[in-house]
Amino acid sequence: MSTLLLDHIDKYYGKTKAVDHLYLDVKEGELVTLLGPSGCGKTTTLRCVSGFLRPDKGDIYIGKRKVTDIPPEKRGIGLVFQNYALWPHMTVFQNLAFGLQLKKFQKKDIEQKVGEALATVKLEGMEERYPRQLSGGQQQRVALARALVLEPDILLLDEPLSNLDALLREQMRFEIAELQKRYGITTIYVTHDQTEAMVISDRIVVLNNGKIMQEGSPVDIYSKPANKFVAGFMGTTSFIEGSVQGNLGKYVQLQTNDGLFIYGIGEGFKEGDRASVVVRPENIGIIEKSSVSHEEDAKNIFKVSVLRASYVGEVIDYKFKVKNTILRAKGDAKRPLRSGDTVTVYLNPDELPIIRSD
Amino acid sequence: MINRRVLKVTGEIVLLIVSFLFLFGPMVSLFLWSIAEQWYWPSPLPQRVGLDYWKQALGLQKSFAIGAVSIVPAFFLSLTIALITVVVCMAIAIPAGYALAKYKIPFGGIILFLFLMPKAFPQQPVFVNLLQSFTRLRLAGSIPGVILVHILVGLVFGVWITNATFKSIPPELEEAARSVGANGFKTFLRITLPLAAPGLFSSAVFVFITSLDEFTGTFFIGLPFVHTLPLTLYSSSGYNMQFASVIAIILLIPSIFFMVLIQRILKAEYVGGMGG
Repeated sequence: MSTLLLDHIDKYYGKTKAVDHLYLDVKEGELVTLLGPSGCGKTTTLRCVSGFLRPDKGDIYIGKRKVTDIPPEKRGIGLVFQNYALWPHMTVFQNLAFGLQLKKFQKKDIEQKVGEALATVKLEGMEERYPRQLSGGQQQRVALARALVLEPDILLLDEPLSNLDALLREQMRFEIAELQKRYGITTIYVTHDQTEAMVISDRIVVLNNGKIMQEGSPVDIYSKPANKFVAGFMGTTSFIEGSVQGNLGKYVQLQTNDGLFIYGIGEGFKEGDRASVVVRPENIGIIEKSSVSHEEDAKNIFKVSVLRASYVGEVIDYKFKVKNTILRAKGDAKRPLRSGDTVTVYLNPDELPIIRSD
Repeated sequence: MINRRVLKVTGEIVLLIVSFLFLFGPMVSLFLWSIAEQWYWPSPLPQRVGLDYWKQALGLQKSFAIGAVSIVPAFFLSLTIALITVVVCMAIAIPAGYALAKYKIPFGGIILFLFLMPKAFPQQPVFVNLLQSFTRLRLAGSIPGVILVHILVGLVFGVWITNATFKSIPPELEEAARSVGANGFKTFLRITLPLAAPGLFSSAVFVFITSLDEFTGTFFIGLPFVHTLPLTLYSSSGYNMQFASVIAIILLIPSIFFMVLIQRILKAEYVGGMGG
């Protein structure tokens, strides 16, 4: 268990900057997720930490030890790969024992440690199996056990669940999060799946083009996105663009180009600033046609037309249109709207972050 | 009414027999010739059979026939040359194939292509040219010269097959080994090499068989002093079919032996799990 510090690292591939002046301070026992689309630099960053790449600039510290020029095998890291990377010519036991043998443990201790590690990932009795005799989920558990059995200072997981099917993925998320907390290992988790990141992380670092877009707790990242990229990456999002008209208490008033007024939450805006309202489907409340009261405080109440309705099970996905703005919304499948309907919606201003347009 | 199933099975049987004839027909003919002590046209089978020619070829019995040679020294010469060729080839091919597969080597593709060169042109002109250089270097007509030619030819299989083998091993398997504390050398020894073993072995067998079989280069570089088994076969085949057949069968034995062995090894269980 140890801290991890990436002190302003740069990494170039030819002329492209894959990692751009990245600073990251990971506390002991913390699980930090690097989240971003492919090519955002998250895997490159991870490979700098594991030692398979050397940053062109900046240094990496594990605890107080500077590891920038230390080879991977001496860094005290545990690695879990997307494709499991179990050694096919070794049994499960041999896969787990290999690292322990290199560290010169006694045969008895190795057997005990391997047994314990397999028990924690619920694979007791699988010692003599070969990797190809295991399912994908079991293989990933073995890979996890192989990394954990050495009690590494830092655990690095590179898209560990991306090869598993959806159901297993969901189950494994919780298992990984639970194991990480139980062992208390400082962990870097790389993924492009924002739901996965939300479920397991203490802290999420959103990356794009090698730069940190935002870092914070899952709640912060979701409810207070720093910019359009982060807001868009965290799930289905509609943006309503406009210019700031003024502040009304804690609310900011925005006027769109086609004359709509909308309120949301934001800080540090002044009149005339270009900004966008971040609207998530769950923040759009559909008001029953019968109960519309136009006398009500008209703040953030809009008449929209239904462009498209797609049934996806427990909810219906809607595309609403108000003036020239398209809003993605969700509605109860028991009270379906049909495309062409006109309906009134309410957007609670307390749930609408306003971000600067870039 | 014709039963389609019967038709299908009949077709399969006929196909099987034809392929068997193609495969084993020549071998049966070789075998017959090797034991034919008297065989006059138009008889379909030899009039007198016996092991006289085998005994003569193996040097167990003195022979006065035209084109008769004792093949034992030639066999051991060929075997020695082939073994040395395999050792040298693999000593070059394993590091070269590994480096070309795992590191970004400038002009790596061109280097790989260069190993193909000796086989990319008609063989005679290549070796006639080589003879001139070798004569200057006093390598012509010597066993080291012949070994050098065999290495040149063998490296095609050596480097290309080892390269492909190492390329097929996912880099994550090696990285995982590094992460649990194995240095580069231990990773190669404990992970890469065992996984590559079937491929490396087949590559070695190809080099071995190529060397055992090599004719053109040996003919130009080796003659008149170096008589390998294929050259002996060539010089006796014009005069004495029986000797030629005995030599051909002996040449076949190592090939068949290793082919069976390769098949066994390639079936080794863990190969199936590779890349999974």
